[in-house]
Amino acid sequence: MELTVAGRKVYCYSGGKTFDAALPCVVLIHGALNDHSVWTLLARWFAHHGRSVLAPDLPGHGRSEGPPLDDVESLAGWMVALLDAAGARNAAFVGHSMGSLIALEAAARAPQRVQRLVMLGTAVPMKVSDALMQTSQHDPLKAIDMVNAYSHASTAAKPSYPGPGSWLHGSNRALMRRVQGGQRGLNLFHHDFGICDRYAGGLAAAAEVHCPATIVIGARDQMTSPKQAATIAKALNARVQSVDAGHMMMSEAPDAVLAALRGAVE
Amino acid sequence: MPGASDPGFDTLALHAGAAPDPATGARAVPIHLSTSFVFENSEHAASLFNMERSGHVYSRISNPTNAVLEERVAALEGGCGSIATASGQAALHLAVATLAGAGSHIVSSSALYGGSHNLLHYTLARFGIETTFVKPGDIDGWRAAIRPSTKLLFGETLGNPGLDVLDIPTVASLAHDHHLPLLVDSTFTTPWLMKPFDHGADLVFHSATKFLSGHGTVIGGVLVDSGNFDWSAAHAASGRFAELAAPYDGFHGMVFSEESTVGAFLLRARREGLRDFGACMSPHTAWLILQGIETLPLRMARHVENTRKVVAFLAGQAMVEGIGYPELENHPSHALAQRLLPRGCGSVFSFNLRGSREQGKAFIEALRIFSHLANVGDCRSLVIHPASTTHFRMDDAALAQAGITPGTIRLSIGLEEPDDLIDDLKRALKVAEKAAAGSGAPR
Repeated sequence: MELTVAGRKVYCYSGGKTFDAALPCVVLIHGALNDHSVWTLLARWFAHHGRSVLAPDLPGHGRSEGPPLDDVESLAGWMVALLDAAGARNAAFVGHSMGSLIALEAAARAPQRVQRLVMLGTAVPMKVSDALMQTSQHDPLKAIDMVNAYSHASTAAKPSYPGPGSWLHGSNRALMRRVQGGQRGLNLFHHDFGICDRYAGGLAAAAEVHCPATIVIGARDQMTSPKQAATIAKALNARVQSVDAGHMMMSEAPDAVLAALRGAVE
Repeated sequence: MPGASDPGFDTLALHAGAAPDPATGARAVPIHLSTSFVFENSEHAASLFNMERSGHVYSRISNPTNAVLEERVAALEGGCGSIATASGQAALHLAVATLAGAGSHIVSSSALYGGSHNLLHYTLARFGIETTFVKPGDIDGWRAAIRPSTKLLFGETLGNPGLDVLDIPTVASLAHDHHLPLLVDSTFTTPWLMKPFDHGADLVFHSATKFLSGHGTVIGGVLVDSGNFDWSAAHAASGRFAELAAPYDGFHGMVFSEESTVGAFLLRARREGLRDFGACMSPHTAWLILQGIETLPLRMARHVENTRKVVAFLAGQAMVEGIGYPELENHPSHALAQRLLPRGCGSVFSFNLRGSREQGKAFIEALRIFSHLANVGDCRSLVIHPASTTHFRMDDAALAQAGITPGTIRLSIGLEEPDDLIDDLKRALKVAEKAAAGSGAPR
């Protein structure tokens, strides 16, 4: 569905059902250079099990108008504005990677709007190596291949995503290239990595979070290693769930992530 | 950056899509000969049908063994996924049927496998899908043939049988300028020789019966999506592809391009074309093709090496003319081949035999190692006379447009000792020469 936030057109996937603001809402926030389609199975499951779902393309990503916002704080405010635009009073906020930082910051800024916080594939701080930052700046297609390689733990994750016969490395590479290509004149990859790298308010935000929090880690995550999630997990007093997957856990282990989210959101 | 996180081609050929079986520890891919798969409970069943969870329901739609093959071929091609089909023809039909319907139009290279030409020219026309054929190198012809109703541009990486190299970068660019995808039949080259997606193609299919298998035991096809074509943008710009970018009544109003930004084509192809037309692959076939793919890099290197030796031999024979192999400088696609096919031009090629029809017949019948049959890409060497077999449905004008003469002989060079192949050809040429003396009727 299409919404308007701050005067800009926003695409929001609602899980294959018409959004109903009267139902308890789950917000799904994608990571760097991704879009709503990383959530398809989970969004469909929640939408068909008594929830309303908002899985937006962040500004400047996928089908949503730009320009992209420049920092986690702005994106957190934008997410709350998205709730207003959809007519949802509050929601469970679920974020992956860069999206997990946005969910964290939103939970701190609008505690009355965020009922549950779930952070997947996360680290606070989420520092990006100098080598990767530079590659993303000067050779983004090469950086996409690097990140894509390190985001997957297996060349045989079953039953694949969104269904059998999909090659996850190829799908994610094509998605990142598509999203990157959607912003002419702007290196969105470098922009998104900069957002992750610069965000310094994670622990301060955690101190302001009062809703139940869950961290879902990929046991074989090479982008945000399980060790890196320990600090924020402690700060949030979060429940920690581990799934046997890499950073792209929603596609590598969709059933395990669903099980983790059901426990975290319900 | 090859390594465990980013495996190279040879590693993917062995491992992509397959891990030790979690139930048994079996290292080789198991053959899951089961029509259907038990649901955990009613809720699980409903969620599989409604695309809330991923998994297998019924083997016409997906199967664990087939899924390994699909992921492997997609990995080797650099695509986002693929669908295994009953044959290469079924893969072509699935691609067309997913994008086109009555009133649609296709622009195709005229240098095609006879079966593909037949499907496009005769059979699909019966269902209201019209095709305009253009010479593969005639870029102005491609451009002029595009209509508002065009849904697809189509060609073979190496056109059958003259081996015209399709200028994929140029034709793909032309297609994209008109918000159209380029579909490529990559059967003759396999991803070891060329990855069409790297050059701009959007969809690829294979007759997996040929080089991907290599053993000549099963019929199968694979349709691969690059994930690069933006169906929503094309729909917005041209009104085409409502099949992927507008609600589909056959699946609760699903908009495939919203469900999957990069996998919309395969979602619809599997959930409509495979479901409704039913041209699926047997898991046993998928398993046999996987056995072939494991050695694809080794076999393709040897196919090319042997072919170069045979071509060099034939080039020195008085009875042979017009060898159609793009590595030869006089081939019209030589420059393009050097650019797009640096590893080689495959192992299927044609030449013309000087002499009478009787001499041609004598040549084919004198061969002992080469098998006279209708196939290519086998580990064994093969020979055929296209005008009377694979392309027999075409009239003289269509034959000429496809670059075939009555004296054209097509070879598919296998993996035998190259000296043995040359010896076989040498002897058959002598028999053909003597047949001329006997008939006294040179052509």
